[in-house]
Amino acid sequence: MSAVAPARPETAPATPAVLAPRPSGAPRARRRALQPGGYLALVLATVVLGAPLAWMVLASMKTPAELYTVPLQWLPGSVNLDNYAQAADSIPLGRLLLNSVGITVVGAGLKVALGLTCAYALVFLDFPFKKVVFGLVIATLMIPPQITIIPNYTLVASLGWLNTYQGILVPGLASAFGTFLFRQHFLTLPRSILEAAELDGAGHWRKLWRFVVPMSTPTLAAVALVSVVTEWNDYLWPFLVIDRPDKMTLPVGLTLLQNTDGMTNWGVLLAATVVVTLPILVVFLVLQRRLVAGLTAGAVTG
Amino acid sequence: MTSVLTPGSSGPSGAPRGSATPASHHRAAAVPTAAPSDLTPSTSGPAHPAPGASAPTTPPANPTSSSPDREVQALHRGRLGARRRRRNVLWALLLAGPNLVLLLVFVYRPLLQSFYLSTLQWNLGSPVARPVGLGNYVEWFTAPTTGRVVTTTLVFTLATVGGAMVLGLGLALLLNRRLRGRGVARTVAFAPYVLSGFAVGILWLFMFDPRYGLVQELLGWVGVASPQWYTQRPWPLVMIVVVYLWKNLGYVALIYLAGLQSVPQDLKDAAALDGASSARTLRSIVLPLLTPTTFFLVVTMLLASLQSFDIIKAMTQGGPLGSTTTLMYSIYEESFVNGRAGYASAVATVLFLVLLAVTAVQMRFIQRKVHYA
Repeated sequence: MSAVAPARPETAPATPAVLAPRPSGAPRARRRALQPGGYLALVLATVVLGAPLAWMVLASMKTPAELYTVPLQWLPGSVNLDNYAQAADSIPLGRLLLNSVGITVVGAGLKVALGLTCAYALVFLDFPFKKVVFGLVIATLMIPPQITIIPNYTLVASLGWLNTYQGILVPGLASAFGTFLFRQHFLTLPRSILEAAELDGAGHWRKLWRFVVPMSTPTLAAVALVSVVTEWNDYLWPFLVIDRPDKMTLPVGLTLLQNTDGMTNWGVLLAATVVVTLPILVVFLVLQRRLVAGLTAGAVTG
Repeated sequence: MTSVLTPGSSGPSGAPRGSATPASHHRAAAVPTAAPSDLTPSTSGPAHPAPGASAPTTPPANPTSSSPDREVQALHRGRLGARRRRRNVLWALLLAGPNLVLLLVFVYRPLLQSFYLSTLQWNLGSPVARPVGLGNYVEWFTAPTTGRVVTTTLVFTLATVGGAMVLGLGLALLLNRRLRGRGVARTVAFAPYVLSGFAVGILWLFMFDPRYGLVQELLGWVGVASPQWYTQRPWPLVMIVVVYLWKNLGYVALIYLAGLQSVPQDLKDAAALDGASSARTLRSIVLPLLTPTTFFLVVTMLLASLQSFDIIKAMTQGGPLGSTTTLMYSIYEESFVNGRAGYASAVATVLFLVLLAVTAVQMRFIQRKVHYA
């Protein structure tokens, strides 16, 4: 509700921009008068939404004595990484991190490559049943992964892929979302450039890498980042396929820690949670614009 | 669009030689093209460089639109003959084949197999399976737990979708105001959306800790005794809804923000001149204009909410006493905890049909909206 009432000044500051010549004295004064409510709401929202993350990081550095006191202690006494060391003793944290990084990089890379090449074929090549292929790819977007889990699990088990990296990776590789985004972008590329390249003797491979890819970097970044985030966070499938600690990804390892250390040892569990969330958080903070563009890409069609 | 008489269409004879130069022009143009389209995420970018690049080569009479262009292309293609077409098919196999094979093997095959499995009485990993026809479906519809699961799913879905829409719109309205620091707020609000659902569940489990959690502390400040979040119904479900909202709020807010920013300012100004209050402007102008955004978000959130798993797995494992077992969670439980894969496939099919119905509604709406636009 707090957001509805302050909506009034929103029209005020915008007015000078529209009616440029008008001296901005009056609206400016009104804006200043009405801003405190807006700032209060903004700060409140930021604190409420940000507190859990801050609390997680702080708690991961607290000793048990600091964690379990009844007037809550807000800050840890010192930057204390004991919980992290203890988490690494309970589960092979370094190995899990390596697994997660490896699977994310390989999985996202392959997904981008599959989407890129498939979209190239769909846009720039003529071949029979092209519409059928496109339909098959797009319809996948409507099939929830949940319904495929039991048959895929059976298949992966019969291939002997349980507890293997390919067991985690391969069933999720097919790219529908990426293909779709790449196709949308390719349709906007100027055909003349590609036709010129073709007459210049460039084959499809060369056209793809020398012309299409350099003209598609924003889409490439968006698809890659979305794939990175989904691969890193993927839980249910790797959880089902893997039960050996040395092959687990970080979120699955968190389950292991939750089951072994339980809720009795919050500091350790939260230290591991920081290890799971921090890398993606950093990626998000550094590449925010591209990542958000990718994650919200579905909405743009509307 | 004075589009580009392309070198390809510049005539059947002598094309290759004549366009050797323009081609290199084009290539020179291709690299700088990448840079500006880098900067503008909008799709309008690439239209510009092409006419510029081909300007020197194009004959004066080229207000050709795409249809003659296509005819020439068709001619061109015919001339190229069967060999070229065969090569094209080979390339298509090479480029689209891997993705297509993966889709067929890991999406379509299991989809169909799942329908088949749903007609079997079959335990995961067991060599024996007994066909039971629609028996699994009959069992699901008559099982005593089904009512509870459906109710839980409904409550969870309505609460998460409704809550995310209302709070997301509120947050978007706030972020749409010209306040300093709103970029930081936007970043903080969106951050949870990119995090692992399972990790988020663990983190919030600690937030809700009945003795040492932040939530009970904050409730204490306003003089409310903390409920038994972990154990006493309906609080575990409330807890999961809160966490789900926290994780997805930023997404809804950002989509709404994009919608808000596309509401024409002059409409709002006109309303203000007519003396409409801001609440009135919101209700009569802004919200109606946001209808497509709202619809998109409701559908997206519905689909996501019906499939949510990680948070529930981390926080309650469907308990206590099944009070947080949604349809999705019951599929996991039946198949991988109880091992009843045939029965679970039937439940999965039910969920699939629900999701399909939601998507079908969306499709119809999108088609209608195209007429509006």
